Amino acid sequence: MTTPLNRLKQYKSWGRYPTVEHKAIHQIHWRSDLPDVNKFEETVLPYGYGRSYGDSCLNEGGILLDTSYMQQFIAFDAEQGLVRCEAGVSLEQVLEVIVPCGWFLPVTPGTKFVSIGGAIANDVHGKNHHRAGTFGCHVTQFELVRSDGTYICSPTENAELFRATIGGLGLTGIITWAEFKLKRIPSPLIDQEKIRFANLDEFFAISAEMDQRFEYLMSWSDCLSGGDSMGRGIFMAGNFYDPPLGAEPSAKKLKPFVPFDLPSIALNTLSVKAFNAVLYRIPLGKRVRSIVHYEPFYYPLDAINNWYRLYGKRGFLQYQLVVPLEGDNEPIREVYRRIAQSGEGSFLVVLKAFGDIASPGMLSFPMPGVTLALDFAFNGEKTLKLLDELDTIVREARGRVYPAKDARMSPENFRAYYPQWEAFAHYIDPKFSSSFWRRVTESANGQ
Amino acid sequence: MLKIMIIGATSVIAQETARFFATEGAEFFLVGIPADKLVVIKDDLVARGAKRAEVYEADLTDFDKHPQIIESAVQAMGSIDAVLIAHGTLGNQKAAEASVEVALKEINLNLLSNISLLTLLGNYFEKQRRGCIAVISSVAGDRGRGSNYVYGTAKAGTTTFMQGLRNRLAKSGVAVVTIKPGLVDTPMTADIKKNFLFSDPATVGKAIYLGMKKGKDTVYAPWFWRYIMAIIIHIPEFIFKKMSL
Repeated sequence: MTTPLNRLKQYKSWGRYPTVEHKAIHQIHWRSDLPDVNKFEETVLPYGYGRSYGDSCLNEGGILLDTSYMQQFIAFDAEQGLVRCEAGVSLEQVLEVIVPCGWFLPVTPGTKFVSIGGAIANDVHGKNHHRAGTFGCHVTQFELVRSDGTYICSPTENAELFRATIGGLGLTGIITWAEFKLKRIPSPLIDQEKIRFANLDEFFAISAEMDQRFEYLMSWSDCLSGGDSMGRGIFMAGNFYDPPLGAEPSAKKLKPFVPFDLPSIALNTLSVKAFNAVLYRIPLGKRVRSIVHYEPFYYPLDAINNWYRLYGKRGFLQYQLVVPLEGDNEPIREVYRRIAQSGEGSFLVVLKAFGDIASPGMLSFPMPGVTLALDFAFNGEKTLKLLDELDTIVREARGRVYPAKDARMSPENFRAYYPQWEAFAHYIDPKFSSSFWRRVTESANGQ
Repeated sequence: MLKIMIIGATSVIAQETARFFATEGAEFFLVGIPADKLVVIKDDLVARGAKRAEVYEADLTDFDKHPQIIESAVQAMGSIDAVLIAHGTLGNQKAAEASVEVALKEINLNLLSNISLLTLLGNYFEKQRRGCIAVISSVAGDRGRGSNYVYGTAKAGTTTFMQGLRNRLAKSGVAVVTIKPGLVDTPMTADIKKNFLFSDPATVGKAIYLGMKKGKDTVYAPWFWRYIMAIIIHIPEFIFKKMSL
């Protein structure tokens, strides 16, 4: 109910790069009142809260169907832990309804300001990937409205459309509602442990042990320190806390916001270094334990509205890669080396080992291996060149880059990361398209 | 738990308000058109925690049916603790200027139907000696403007009627809440270009929910419209008439 729907919505992506013009925006208020997409000359693309970083939620010159107004719950089974709701309901709204009844999202990304439709279309993952897989693994069914009709999709009904739509970037039709399973929780609190690691070797060593003990796991890593401390950082691990009877600590809910775009100078190598140095102050090897509310644990950045403004008007590029865990993990080390050499500081570097639970999604990003998420202030050619170099490393390691965060990967690399793209393309609705899809399939279609 | 009747329940502002009451386990009697959309809202409120919700399809311009709506609500829920009247249309000012029929149709739905319902509800609550009557009026009723004075007239009439009703029912302990939303991003304003003055329906819904809980007299939603309107109503008419607002 309190999701900040930006009513001056500019229909941009979260990274503010690229920005494109759309022919028209259509708001959808009722799932029974969808426009007939066949009457449009241009292609259409569903758009929720604009939390995709790059151009996968944009459709230059085309039409966006704003699904964020579709916010009705359809059913909540508090006994079985099953929710059915419209695609525009945000994760925040779901949490408001389910947490008081002792349930939680089966999988959540690092922000709760995304729509259910978007969570499916990007097959989002979270800190529990090694235990629970992606969001798509927990979806039981959804309704998909395509230009040629309406389909109920589930693992057994229209199963191919189900698989294509999960991680399908909104290209297979409009998801009007979806049903998904929840996770039982003993309290809304997290028993959290933080452990510092000195370098990547330590990360890989501790990671294997932590995966066994903790359901939720991620780490913050410093990409600017080289040599023996390359990849040093902090593990943040947690399990839901089962409190003994008695008072529960309450969470502080402060909400700072960024009222205007900061000057581009605010985030530079020095400030990134300072930030990472402060973050790294926990003593080596020491385990710091605390009980925290789930909000700061899962959604630390949601506490800052409009945090993209930290990067100023030039915007920023997110980059998330995954490469298989192998040998001494040279590709990951190479990525760290390139970033350190380039001098392009990444403010937040998230490092995590994915598990091997397969998603039903055809074009899903996660795969067994180690994933690294970075963001870079957009410094033009210099930044693009660095990311192209990282692309090559990932490609040679037989890894992937995340489309939901991409604004610049080449068609060749996309097809190498996702060789199944042609099989997927078969399920795209001919009336649907996106800037991302046209970009990565450009020369392949001869357009 | 509160038993709430919502007239014009498909209004987005009404829905957002109802969601706050739903989390407290309220019971609802939802009146409006069409039935299938009322069922969508019912399901939403129940999933969000409402103890129950009944739907009642009714064309609110059919005044003869108004007593039956209220009787049905009382019969279904036993009694009514609060009512929120939220139906209405923004109308087309230009069309209303060109046609007496269109102008009167606007007045019929946005003012006369309220007078009919409030007369019946006023008597019900006066007898009950407790409860809350809330109506969504508008800041547009605070001063007539060239761009939407037919709508504004209906809302001004509603506001004045509510003022009088409040004065009468204060003696019976019934709260009469006039809600004056400013510009809200809803289907009603879909064709208007949005600017910084537009608010999210959830923000407005919360203001109404709190206003009804506290039994306030007038709720500007969001609050800053109280100050905007204070300025607007004080602009001298000889200047105001030359402005285009």
